[in-house]
Amino acid sequence: MSTHRLKLFPKNGIRKCLTGIDGLDQIAEGGLPEGRATLVCGPTGSGKTVLAMEFLVRGAAEFNEPGVFMAFEETGEELSQNVASMGFDLPGLCARKKLAVDHVLVDRSEIEESGDYDLAGLFVRLESAIKAIGAKRVVLDTLESLFSGFANVNILRAELRRLFGWLKSRGITAVITAEKGDGRLTREGIEEYVADCVILLDHRVENQTSTRLLRVVKYRGSMHGTNEYPFLIGSSGLSVLPLSSLRLEHKALNQRVSTGVARLDTMLGGKGFYRGSSILVSGGAGTGKSSLAAHFVRAACLRGERALYMASERSTDEVLRNMRSIGIDLEPFVKRGLLRFCALRAATFGMETHLLTVHNLLAAFKPKVMVVDAITNFASLGTQSEVDSMVTRLIDMLKSRRITAIFTSCTSADSPPGFSEVGVSSQMDTWLLLRNLESNGERNRGLYVVKSRGMAHSNQIRSFVLSDNGIQLLDVYVGSSGLLTGSARRTQEAGEQAEATEREEHLKQKGSELRQKRQQLEARIASMRSEYELEEKSLLSDVHEMEMRGKQIALGRAEMGLARKADRIRGNGRGSA
Amino acid sequence: MIPQNRKSKTTTATAESNGEKYVLRLYVTGATSRSRRAILNINAICGEHLQGRCNLEIVDILQKPALAREAQIVAAPTLIKLQPLPLRRIIGDLSDTEKVLAGLDLKREAQV
Repeated sequence: MSTHRLKLFPKNGIRKCLTGIDGLDQIAEGGLPEGRATLVCGPTGSGKTVLAMEFLVRGAAEFNEPGVFMAFEETGEELSQNVASMGFDLPGLCARKKLAVDHVLVDRSEIEESGDYDLAGLFVRLESAIKAIGAKRVVLDTLESLFSGFANVNILRAELRRLFGWLKSRGITAVITAEKGDGRLTREGIEEYVADCVILLDHRVENQTSTRLLRVVKYRGSMHGTNEYPFLIGSSGLSVLPLSSLRLEHKALNQRVSTGVARLDTMLGGKGFYRGSSILVSGGAGTGKSSLAAHFVRAACLRGERALYMASERSTDEVLRNMRSIGIDLEPFVKRGLLRFCALRAATFGMETHLLTVHNLLAAFKPKVMVVDAITNFASLGTQSEVDSMVTRLIDMLKSRRITAIFTSCTSADSPPGFSEVGVSSQMDTWLLLRNLESNGERNRGLYVVKSRGMAHSNQIRSFVLSDNGIQLLDVYVGSSGLLTGSARRTQEAGEQAEATEREEHLKQKGSELRQKRQQLEARIASMRSEYELEEKSLLSDVHEMEMRGKQIALGRAEMGLARKADRIRGNGRGSA
Repeated sequence: MIPQNRKSKTTTATAESNGEKYVLRLYVTGATSRSRRAILNINAICGEHLQGRCNLEIVDILQKPALAREAQIVAAPTLIKLQPLPLRRIIGDLSDTEKVLAGLDLKREAQV
């Protein structure tokens, strides 16, 4: 990472010396000024000696730069013991000529001054130690002890000036530690001589929790982070947590990861979350936030990815048991080393320490997904802005490692999104809101996507149940009076079904009615036709009869004429009168 | 306890005159003028106050840096009074004779 940083920040003449201390090289943009002295100051117990020692140990172990530790306060054995807990093997390094420790004892009570002197003894010892192991790095811890040992401050100051010049002329990268003084950086004003780089360490207690802080006060000729950065002295030495990396340069991944709930994936454009995105799952108590997170974790583990679950409310066992009750057995993943729990009460440490714990866990465990359950527990650790800044840094840390993370946030009952959520949510890529939907004297669970950057997502409020098989999203069910859930949904469903049946019956009825009508009509037509036919028949027979009668009449008249012997030709008409 | 110790020894020295043996070691850095001055001064003091009962050794820490570490030398020149106890260190070119004598517990003797 450091080499990557070096590329980003051209050195412009200043050569840098990597400390190898986690985070410090980033803040100092590539390390301490090479061949110059850096002053590390701070109050007692702020970690000056540890920083200085780690600078040498890492230099020797990682960069093949042997170092000399001039200890003015502790003996070699004391130092070895003190740093052994951090895994620094001083005797081993000394044996391999990677490190030399010289305890410089200055006991005022047995010293008498008579006339002019210099600190040649110190120079000689330092030089012989440097020569013996070919040292590139030197630590003087704590140089100010000299001030209590010698009365002639003028000589001392002149000698210190000479010492720094001497170190510089030899191209030695030095770390000088000094106690913080009243109103100034160091008690004896050593900063006057060491002007190239000054690092201030501090130790602050707020809300009964202590936080170690580091700040680069001055760095001549170089860019550097100017904030106060929290740091931790842990089992592997010092780790400084750079506040959100100075730039926003996370690479956006197009890869998608399943939420673990198939139908929720569908709501998120059919594919789930983006890899490396941060997801806020907020909701009141008992809305199923942890369950959703467990789904996500299970899905990741099933894909063979490592997952880190940070539980700040429950112990590991409790989480495992609770999730088993909804059919999610996470224990096998824990056993296979795919899932790691970090169950710590939020109030155990200060926020910074929590961050660092996570930071170190991420570095050691290298998870692909992470769950923070619940982020709201950290709210009590500081002010709003501090919590926001912590979340920012956490997100930043996760994004730079491309870890997909779910943050659960417990909101009070079903109030609208709280203030804190608004602050945090702007940094989240996806925000799922779980809600208790209260109606008709019961409570049901509902879920919707408030936002999901960079993807099409559903606008539906979905109700879901926690079954033996985990979260089951139900079909969208929108009745005439909005989204229906629970028994209202079932009632409405039943009602609508009855209505439908009725409608069908009605339709059937209408159909048969129509058929009947047609039948009736047809029957009537038939009867009318038969009536007509009858009438026609009788009419035709009448016509026939009348024709016949006419014929008969004519016949009858002819017969009568015959009988009367009327002449046929003229006889018709007048002649007869 | 220590002052009492010192007092008894001083009185012994005064009483028995030349009785107590002195073991002194002077650490210098090569042949600088300051080193030379220190050597001259201590030789003079030994000649005057510790005639015949002074074992003075001069160590050049430029030649033997390991001895500087062993003896916890920081300033130079440094004169260490190894015997009689308690151990004392006198730093500087030893030009302030009064202070050297005080450091060597010879002051009272000198006044006598």
